[in-house]
Amino acid sequence: MSELTERIMEISGADPRKCMKCGKCTAACPVAGEMDIKPHQFASCLAKGQSDLLLSSNTLHKCLSCFACVERCPRDVRPGRLIDAVRQCVVRARGQAFLTPEEIPELLDDELPQQLLVSAFRRYRR
Amino acid sequence: MQKIGVFVCHCGTNIAATVDVLRVVEAAAKEPGVVHAQDYPYMCSEAGQALIASAIRDKGLTGIVVCSCSPRMHEATFRKCAERAGLNPYMVEIANIREHCSWIHKDMEEATQKAIILARAAIAKVHLNTPLAAGHSQVTKRALVIGGGIAGIQTALDIAEAGYPVDIVEKNPSIGGRMAQLDKTFPTLDCSACILTPKMVEAAAHPNIRIFTYSEVERVTGFVGDFTVDIRKHARSVDMDKCTGCGLCQEKCPSRKTPDEFNRALGTRSAIYTPFAQAIPNVPVIDREHCIKFKTGKCGLCQTVCAAGAIDYTQSDEIVSEKYGAIVVATGFDTIKLDRFGEYAYDQSKDVITSLELERIMNAAGPTGGHLERLSDGRMPREMVFIQCVGSRCSDGRGKSYCSKICCMYTAKHAMLIRDKYPDVNVTVFYIDVRTPGKNFDEFYRRAVEQYGVNYIKGQVGKVAPLPDGRLRVSGSDLIDGKAVEITADMVVLATAIEPDPSARRLASMLTASIDTNDFLTEAHPKLRPVESPTAGVYLSGVSQGPKDIPETVSQAGACAAKVIGLLAKDRLTTNPCTAHSDQLLCNGCSACANVCPYGAISYEQREVNDHGVRGERRIAVVNNALCQGCGACTVTCPSGAMDLQGFSNRQLIAEVDAICR
Repeated sequence: MSELTERIMEISGADPRKCMKCGKCTAACPVAGEMDIKPHQFASCLAKGQSDLLLSSNTLHKCLSCFACVERCPRDVRPGRLIDAVRQCVVRARGQAFLTPEEIPELLDDELPQQLLVSAFRRYRR
Repeated sequence: MQKIGVFVCHCGTNIAATVDVLRVVEAAAKEPGVVHAQDYPYMCSEAGQALIASAIRDKGLTGIVVCSCSPRMHEATFRKCAERAGLNPYMVEIANIREHCSWIHKDMEEATQKAIILARAAIAKVHLNTPLAAGHSQVTKRALVIGGGIAGIQTALDIAEAGYPVDIVEKNPSIGGRMAQLDKTFPTLDCSACILTPKMVEAAAHPNIRIFTYSEVERVTGFVGDFTVDIRKHARSVDMDKCTGCGLCQEKCPSRKTPDEFNRALGTRSAIYTPFAQAIPNVPVIDREHCIKFKTGKCGLCQTVCAAGAIDYTQSDEIVSEKYGAIVVATGFDTIKLDRFGEYAYDQSKDVITSLELERIMNAAGPTGGHLERLSDGRMPREMVFIQCVGSRCSDGRGKSYCSKICCMYTAKHAMLIRDKYPDVNVTVFYIDVRTPGKNFDEFYRRAVEQYGVNYIKGQVGKVAPLPDGRLRVSGSDLIDGKAVEITADMVVLATAIEPDPSARRLASMLTASIDTNDFLTEAHPKLRPVESPTAGVYLSGVSQGPKDIPETVSQAGACAAKVIGLLAKDRLTTNPCTAHSDQLLCNGCSACANVCPYGAISYEQREVNDHGVRGERRIAVVNNALCQGCGACTVTCPSGAMDLQGFSNRQLIAEVDAICR
């Protein structure tokens, strides 16, 4: 397993090998039509160690982080978190950190999943 | 003149929604001889049967017609009901206005007309019915199990445990069957031999079980409860009583080049051999085709070294004739031949193997001592590819249209075992679907993927091409990613379809048991009588009936034993009185009927006949009522009209046709 794949799995805490290729994540995704690598293919690429492909995928930008895929995945593969983890790897590689610790408190909302917040900031503050 | 009662059933809405039941009652009431006609929502219910019984008693009915479902469903119910009310059960006729009418028609007018016609035909038949009496036949309290694999062994053990004697006939030199060839078993990965051999020993030691190995069923006559079976015991050339099983003969035998069947011909064996170390009985046989003594007359080394003096070159085949009450078919399976699947290069490379061959390679007692290696050069493979559905689910005529059912699980098992023992070996599985219904089965397959990192690719393989360096180029497709995949593999394993053992077909015709287009034995009912053949007294166990794994086979073997025990527990059986008989004044002894009788029930005798005052000896057909199944083939074949069937006489059938055409 490549270092990158290992890092993605570590950050996301998800195991792409659990995927049984049912396609429910892609079926649940509101923007899958615009993605070059669909959520289910994301999991499959990772499982096969083809994580390099993912770094340049437009999926990182198209994904809304709505986590419908995470919610509905019958195998707990959590594709949305995999996508987010790849995003994080890209951001880190560029030496960019879009969020400062001081900014966090005022953004917090009890209703919002924390990951969504973090993920959204990575997407919009470019 | 008969006094006939007609009872028309609604079957809820099954009949009444399409057939105007009241009009059928009205029409039937007008038929000659009908003195009573009525309808009821469920004639088979207790209340419905009470109606029939009271009508029989109150109106003194001599015959009844029930317009309802198929006679296969409730003929027995209504016959019993009539009998309880004092009417001969064979004075009951069923007009099938459900399966043959309401279920297949949409138009109510048409369906009602047809129901009336069917009722009329049945009434016409009842006019000619005569009371018949069922006879009885004895039950031989001994069962025969054909096939000594896990199915046969388990069936025999269960019958024997109930206290009935059982014989097992196995064509190979040892019992054990396919299961003895397997390395590990899914989904628990316990060693196949470790769980099978105790059962083999138990069967061999059981006081109620006799085992005939190296033997085949040669002839079957008789019928349920009273079969006579000739068993050919092939000459073993070794005295079973004297042999101590020391194995010295096999060690010294100079003929060692015979392909070893037990190892799927991946290795060789001696001409005198036991198929495997735990064979039961542990007595070798001499394969006369390959024995130097039998081929050239010289050698005789085994006889020289045998301290027990057990070797006997003069032995000949022996026929044992035995009576049985029930026969169980447990003939098992083999893998299909792959000559029509050239794309997998099975014949071109030694490193393309079947899964059963891999079982032998993985087994410590196998040709490689349990070490995973390429058969071409003995090197360890680094890249292994498994291909599923090879010849299964294949309706192009090359393979089998059915799913072989066991391949998904054993492929997961192989992949897992290899990844466990040799973590450096990459394993890829090409599949169409992964089918794992069964307790702990899907979890097992997921473990292969998640825990052992087996790479499952959804898509089939188009071609396996041997490369100049001896490796294999596997061209497949990944349908999830929508890409073509190419893998250079060291070994390719084919999950080859299974088919019934070739002996099943011949056996089925001996038993007059029906088989399907794939040569699997047919059940009496696919859901409700799954372990019985339509031929009474014949039972089905294991893969001879359809693909199944070990847990399912063992369950079915137990079910089969329960049915056999149920039969053997009876002291006598009621026979069907609807059998054929010949009219000695019409019969001219032409033999046409005997030639078409599938049950061998017709023989001939010379009999003195008084034909209108002219006395003379004639050759007359005689039907054995115990053997006759009432199929009627003889009655339509007989050129002189001498053959007739009780309960379905020519006159009765013509009367029905007349009534329909009226």
